Amino acid sequence: MPEPAMGALAGPVSLSSARPWLNRERLINGLLLMALFASPFIAQAVGETYYINLASRIAIVAMAAVGLNLAIGYGGMISFGHAAFFGLGGYVAGISAFHAFDMSLLLSWPITLGGSDFMPGIWLAAMVLCALLALVIGAISLRTSGVYFIMITLAFAQMLYYFAVSWPSYGGDDGLPIYLRNQFPGLNTNDPLTYFLICFVALGLSLALCARLMRSRFGAALTMARLNETRLATAGISPFPIRLVAFVLSAVITGVAGALFADLNGFVGPSMLSWHRSGEIMVIVILGGVGRLYGPVAGAILFVLMETLLGGVTEYWMLFLGLVLLGVVLFARGGLMGLLAGRARHE
Amino acid sequence: MTLSLLFEQLLNGLQLGTMLFLMASGLTLVFGVMGLINLAHGSFYMVGAFVTAWTAGMTGSFWVGLVAGVLAAAATGAVVEFLVIRRLYRRDHLDQVLATFALILIFSEGTRWLFGSSPLWLNVPEVLSGSVALPGGSRYPVFRLVIIGVGVLVAVGLFLLISRTRLGMRIRAGESDREMIGALGVDIAKLYTVVFALGAGLAGLAGSMIGALQSVQVGMGEPVLILAFVVIVIGGIGSIKGALVGALLVGVVDTLGRIFLPSLFKLFMTTADASGVGAAIASMLIYVLMALILAFRPKGLFAAND
Repeated sequence: MPEPAMGALAGPVSLSSARPWLNRERLINGLLLMALFASPFIAQAVGETYYINLASRIAIVAMAAVGLNLAIGYGGMISFGHAAFFGLGGYVAGISAFHAFDMSLLLSWPITLGGSDFMPGIWLAAMVLCALLALVIGAISLRTSGVYFIMITLAFAQMLYYFAVSWPSYGGDDGLPIYLRNQFPGLNTNDPLTYFLICFVALGLSLALCARLMRSRFGAALTMARLNETRLATAGISPFPIRLVAFVLSAVITGVAGALFADLNGFVGPSMLSWHRSGEIMVIVILGGVGRLYGPVAGAILFVLMETLLGGVTEYWMLFLGLVLLGVVLFARGGLMGLLAGRARHE
Repeated sequence: MTLSLLFEQLLNGLQLGTMLFLMASGLTLVFGVMGLINLAHGSFYMVGAFVTAWTAGMTGSFWVGLVAGVLAAAATGAVVEFLVIRRLYRRDHLDQVLATFALILIFSEGTRWLFGSSPLWLNVPEVLSGSVALPGGSRYPVFRLVIIGVGVLVAVGLFLLISRTRLGMRIRAGESDREMIGALGVDIAKLYTVVFALGAGLAGLAGSMIGALQSVQVGMGEPVLILAFVVIVIGGIGSIKGALVGALLVGVVDTLGRIFLPSLFKLFMTTADASGVGAAIASMLIYVLMALILAFRPKGLFAAND
């Protein structure tokens, strides 16, 4: 990429460092993260261990949404197919655990490969596979825009969904149970609190990655690709590779979240790939506030709490979720972060 | 592979295609005129099926049920347009996707609340319950042929409506320049409500008829909705002609793929593997078709002016 053009773009971004360090948004961000971090310890102290897994669930779906937010919020790519990556990550964890459990071979050609319950290895595999899948999906989908992009990403996710439903080796329609949770060297992943900490660190890392990325020149280029791609092209940067890289990174984050999700539930099935799941991750991004770094965290807390609290009261809780979502889209456009921390600075 | 099987499956594909056309024409009309992407279109299909099954169960007449189902779907469409959809025309596609996704949740859970989780059943009317002989010796149900006929009638009707009537003239004008027809004194808000209700009524018609072939249950609209989206994306969003071609293409490719791919794979695989792989590939086939078409023609086969 031509160096001077990038330098010109980096200008307005560096301005933000001149602002006061602690503002309302940062305060809210810190509070959200602290509340999420503290809740399982409180649950442990009062003996309500069920709520520890709930906090893990929040951290994981927040992470999936952080990934999608990178595509939708920062990149302006409305992907309606992120369940593909979430589910692929889940299936990597599930299939690897399946073969590790019955000691069979995962692959006999071109190399022999057995299953493994080694978590870092599984995550790495999930990252690589999601990146490859996103590269293919992105390279084709990013040729289109607008509604076509929404629909073609949906179509790719549906392809994977139907493939998982009709492929009999790994449970097909019934899904695949994970009898023994995958292991992390030196940690007891079966302990709910330890597993929460793993998820929380993963969420923290993905937030840090996004924050770092959006402060970089790459982030400036991605923002410009969303706002005005002609201007970006005039500056000598082709928008397509920028978008593609962001799409791949977004898929990788969501994929690792999927692997964590499968291990949390001890189960992976086609429902992780369904278009409802794509919609759900998107809903979390929007409920929280699209294009805000901590929006997905706020959205995930709201979503999972609504699911648990309303779901405990009425089996028709989705009806109320629908009403809340409709209200947010029609009347509270900044989402939860918009209500709590005011309008985003860049608007 | 006998000729009669091929013929029968072609008819099944045509039947799926015409049914998809009923769904897709409404979707593509709403997108073409209002620029709105409506995920809740499958809910009107479901409303049509439920009202038809319920009314037919109460009155004992399929025909009363059919009329009630179509009217209920159109009325639901008009109410939804008035309350929610008209606030979305000026929003971006993300807001439209989310708001209509919320509508799906509301409609699905609302229907489950009203009718319960167990499916309703709807019988094919007595007059149409027979079957006719096909060349090659097998028999084909009359009702499925009637569905194909209704689809053809609707296609012709829509063509005449859009090319020959005043309403059609306004719809075409709305597609090319909505400010201008407003300035010329056409009540755009009313036009939009009418177009939306028309689309919802067609979806309801599809749901009513399919309700007699399958069980009527919550969530029945979603697989059809996604197929309808594939159809309009293949055909070019906003184009009725594209919707017709896309619907027939998707219907025939999907049906034939499911039948013939497993036998094709049997040529070079063991029978068990072939049926598994064949079924897996067949269920992905139309999405592969869509990706291929979009990769070469990013705006679909018959791109409308959008």
